[in-house]
Amino acid sequence: MSYVAFADRDHEQEHHDPETFFTKYIWSQDHKVIAIQYGLTAIFVGLIALGLSVMMRLQLGFPNEFNFINPEDYYQFITMHGMIMVVYLLTALFLGGFGNYLIPLMCGSRDMVFPYLNMLSYWTYLVSVIILVASFFVDGGATGAGWTLYPPQAISQGTPGIDVGIILMLVSLAVFIVAFTMGGLNYVTTVLQARCKGMTLMRLPLSVWGIFIATILGLLAFPALLVSAIMMLFDKTLMTSFFMPAVSSMGIDPGYSGGSPILFQHLFWFFGHPEVYIVALPAFGIVSDLISTHARKNIFGYRMMVWAIIMIGGLSFVVWAHHMYVSGMNPYFGFFFATTTLIIAVPTAIKVYNWVLTLWEGNIHLRVPMLFSIGFIFTFIHGGLTGLFLGNVTIDLPLSDTYFVVAHFHMVMGVSPVLVVLGAIYHWWPKISGKMYNETLGKWHFWMTFLGAYAIYLPMHYLGFAGVPRRYFAMGNTDFLPDSAQDLNVAITISAIFVAASQLLFFINMIWSLKSGPKSDPNPWDATTLEWHTPDHPPKHGNWGHELPEVHRWAYDYSVPGYEDDFIPQNVGADKVPAGRDRDGEH
Amino acid sequence: MPFAVVLILLVVGSLLFHFLSPWNFTELASNWEMVDLTIDITFVVTGFVFVVVNLFMAYCVIKYRYKKGAKANYEPENKKLEYWLTGVTSILIAAMLTPGLFVWAKFVDVPADAHIVEAVGQQWHWTYRYPGEDGKLGEVDAERISQENPFGIDPEDPNGQDDVVVYNAEGHIPIDRPVKFLLRSKDVLHNFTVAQFRVKMDLVPGMNTFMWLTPTRTGRFELLCEELCGVGHFAMRGAIVVDEQEDFDSWLAAQPTFSELMSRPAGNAVVGAAQYAPCAACHGTQGAGNLDLNAPKLAGQSDWYLKRQLMNYKTGLRGTHEKDMFGRQMTAMVMTLVNEAAVDNVVAYINTLPDSPVLSTIDGDIERGQDIYAVCAYCHGRDGMGVQATNAPRLAGLSDWYMKRQLQNWKDGVRGSHKKDYYGYQMGLFSQTLNDEQAINDILAYINTL
Amino acid sequence: MTIALVFLGIILATLLGWLVKQTINTTPWEMEAASDTAHHGPLGGTTDKSKLIALVTFLAVASSFFALILSAYALRMELGDWVPLTEPQLLWMNTVMLIVASIVFQWTRNASVNDQQSRLKPGLMITGVLTLGFVLGQFVAWQQLQNSGQLVSSNPSNAFFYFLTGAHAVHILGGLYVWARATLRVVLGTGSAEGIRRSIELCTIYWHFLLIVWLVLFGLLLST
Repeated sequence: MSYVAFADRDHEQEHHDPETFFTKYIWSQDHKVIAIQYGLTAIFVGLIALGLSVMMRLQLGFPNEFNFINPEDYYQFITMHGMIMVVYLLTALFLGGFGNYLIPLMCGSRDMVFPYLNMLSYWTYLVSVIILVASFFVDGGATGAGWTLYPPQAISQGTPGIDVGIILMLVSLAVFIVAFTMGGLNYVTTVLQARCKGMTLMRLPLSVWGIFIATILGLLAFPALLVSAIMMLFDKTLMTSFFMPAVSSMGIDPGYSGGSPILFQHLFWFFGHPEVYIVALPAFGIVSDLISTHARKNIFGYRMMVWAIIMIGGLSFVVWAHHMYVSGMNPYFGFFFATTTLIIAVPTAIKVYNWVLTLWEGNIHLRVPMLFSIGFIFTFIHGGLTGLFLGNVTIDLPLSDTYFVVAHFHMVMGVSPVLVVLGAIYHWWPKISGKMYNETLGKWHFWMTFLGAYAIYLPMHYLGFAGVPRRYFAMGNTDFLPDSAQDLNVAITISAIFVAASQLLFFINMIWSLKSGPKSDPNPWDATTLEWHTPDHPPKHGNWGHELPEVHRWAYDYSVPGYEDDFIPQNVGADKVPAGRDRDGEH
Repeated sequence: MPFAVVLILLVVGSLLFHFLSPWNFTELASNWEMVDLTIDITFVVTGFVFVVVNLFMAYCVIKYRYKKGAKANYEPENKKLEYWLTGVTSILIAAMLTPGLFVWAKFVDVPADAHIVEAVGQQWHWTYRYPGEDGKLGEVDAERISQENPFGIDPEDPNGQDDVVVYNAEGHIPIDRPVKFLLRSKDVLHNFTVAQFRVKMDLVPGMNTFMWLTPTRTGRFELLCEELCGVGHFAMRGAIVVDEQEDFDSWLAAQPTFSELMSRPAGNAVVGAAQYAPCAACHGTQGAGNLDLNAPKLAGQSDWYLKRQLMNYKTGLRGTHEKDMFGRQMTAMVMTLVNEAAVDNVVAYINTLPDSPVLSTIDGDIERGQDIYAVCAYCHGRDGMGVQATNAPRLAGLSDWYMKRQLQNWKDGVRGSHKKDYYGYQMGLFSQTLNDEQAINDILAYINTL
Repeated sequence: MTIALVFLGIILATLLGWLVKQTINTTPWEMEAASDTAHHGPLGGTTDKSKLIALVTFLAVASSFFALILSAYALRMELGDWVPLTEPQLLWMNTVMLIVASIVFQWTRNASVNDQQSRLKPGLMITGVLTLGFVLGQFVAWQQLQNSGQLVSSNPSNAFFYFLTGAHAVHILGGLYVWARATLRVVLGTGSAEGIRRSIELCTIYWHFLLIVWLVLFGLLLST
């Protein structure tokens, strides 16, 4: 096993590179291969979820024309779309995908500390995905309880998939959590233990910081989902009453008594809110690095950025009940949670300011990754500001459970992280594949995605103001909505189809690049971070050839005065710099 | 450059969209103008930040775009600037939060003089309960809920005897008096939302929740469930009607109390037999229906459903649409039943008629019909025998040609379009999922096999 | 949710304190002196230290899991229908077994550190037997409850009892898997003394952790 050899880096010859196709690409313990496996699987289920959303939009835009989806399908689609996007796509892609790829490379280590566990993590994740997708095909279909899976409804009459679908969903989540924990232990330990010489914590690129803190959040928050999933399984299969009160379900008493549906909501959101930041923090970190690199300027206020990530992470555990203002919980909690929620806006705002201030006095290359990054700042500002509406308990009264909420969380948790994901893939594509993509095609992809997505979600807020509830299969005729609301729905649906279709450009670009793209430079963006300075391009198993890198500076030495180049890689020492032009002389 | 221009256009466009949008908050109908005020404050603050930060970003993109030979400024951090930004942000946040907390303090503090209305949710309709003279509601219990006692009120509890029970999706409240809605659910989570009132709250089975408001204008306001409650969630509609005090009083007086409901005499089938005579002319003496006369089979249909439809015909909720030719015939005939008691009697008589099998008149793809019926089964039951709790009548073993016509009527808005026909409206929403005549035939072909 | 919050507060405060210490006074953009070797720990690969850190991280995850169950327990208890469960007396015996197992494990660990190889085999055996005894004892306690009509669905206190003891037992079984691997290596004489010592050290920490968790759970079950 290769990690045994890695333990002793002076004996490189003992390190067995995987030789067969199977050990190299399938049962691989190489973090880069595992990252790609994670990424491809996540993108694959993500595409399923994207397809589901198109189906739902067709129903909403043209309620009487597309009758191939009925209410039962609709609620199954809405549930699976949400769960897949939040957990199986974004969490897996940011941590399993980018985390796996970037942590060892950026920290200057050969691999994750526990490569075997890392491989196991991926395969367990794959099992959870298979269980999840299988639930479409079982008797009664997938669960239609909404991604929040609120009891009693998730296991009561009147909801699709209450027999098998919900059980598979809960089991799949439990398996996912096991997979995540295996991965998470690795990421934390690697960041803490396997940094190369000179790589202090405060020299880490913000990508690693974001992923690191998000992993800690995940490790502490996912148990809440696990606990609630197990307890609901008990309620469903063993007829306990953790969450189930006495009810008369369609005139029949199912035999529960005394349980509290609100207890589930507390547990769920105790996981659910940190989950938002499990997705957001890696995006924050990655986008910081993209902006800094392509603006040729150090990230503004690095320390503030690190502390903001830490503060947001910590605070994210004390805001969960802002999802429950109108849930019937003790209304006095509203004061506390509204306050904490609005406080968390401060570090978040600081991050936005610092991104923008990084652009200020920069030398901005508007390459594809940078377009996506600035697009992210725009949508994130929008989504962040609408969060201030919903976090403020009073304003939540009219707006919760309306399309405003849908628009808000898609803007902040859907569009924004996905823009970062796409930008990051374009940014690291040359490193991963060794090939360049087509810049023009990439720009088209950006414009269609960015403008299309804004055209979906900006109007959606206004449907919410007007009072259109979320999770409605059809609105029918109402007195309080103007007829033009349906026109807006049509426009949104057309935009959604446009955005979904334009993702084809991305896949065309990447496939073209793999087949016949030009070879890329080892460091096409003149970036400072370690992953661009591997001896092989793309990096091979073990990452660093014979000698581990040694780090001499932080990750953001761009446009340092007195140097000819506008960047100094992290592994370039002071002695390699021409004498007399040392930075200390300048300041 | 084009990028920055697009950013600026997006900012301007968003502002224009905001100010020109015809989709905005509905006209307020309650005392919660403070909610609207808080929203306005938040709009101003967030709008300001949105415009300033994005325009600044666009400016940076223009001014500092890549120039050959140019070099970015090297500035790791600027403590002073960062402190300033943090301070200003905190102040803006506080400006939004403070009014919010004040309004919330009002919301959690129900005025002492608020009168009580209980709204009860279940899959997928609304009902209401008003305390009687004593001002107290009787104890309820999920285990006591039954067809006869749909609210599950404790029959032993003296407080419950005079409770006014409204088994209808439409509730009334008087104008200008603070009302505390007690919210209760029989089965799953629901949410009580009237857009014009601005406030909402979940209904949670196993506990009571509440919210309060003072209605400020009269009218009928649609009530929506806004917490996912199953397949029929989107069809769970009702209405709150705000009346002048005297209209409210007379409406309330016309509703039955719990004790009246429990002691109401059952329909008398013997008397009903005589009253059935005019019906027999078309529906047949055995209630077996007659295709030539367009009269459906009645025997075997659920009594509560027959009663509701007869009352709907009597009160004009059904059979008044100009295109509903046969329904209008029925409206005329139903006038032979002079009052509710007469309806009870005739329904009781129909209940005694033998449930003989019907001939199927419709051909369709049974398997496809079974697929489509999966949705119908949520309310009507897998066996098609109807479920009273969901207000869904029996379908199996009844006249298929009649159901076909009714489904077509729903699709065309001929039936279920009366504002007060809430159950009909619900069916109308579901009927839209049937594409065409073929789908209707398929589903009926399947129902015929049940 | 107070229990979970207090627990998380402690973990996060520790983490925060450590991070602040690491980061507060650094100005990362300044080049530091050539002696900059703030890096601690070996470079890549699986090491003792990284295994320890992974274990401690896992213990934090597991504690989060149990703290959340206890939070749910406290919240659910306040609802009207809670009937306290009379715990089987057998649990006392199980507790004693687990305590002794933990002590013997510590003794074995010390022996291993002091290179007293002959003590390893009996030490590991005794620990394993006692721990297995604990798991079996828990299972018998379940049986006793079942036989006396205290089913999982009878009352939320029962449901929590089965859930908590079950979750704890699963963690123990996970530990026994690692124990079995270490024991096998000792019995068969394969594996380096160094590797065995490492395994035993980590196992000991894990055993102590599970003992503490059990004592907390047991105390809670007894007192409610």
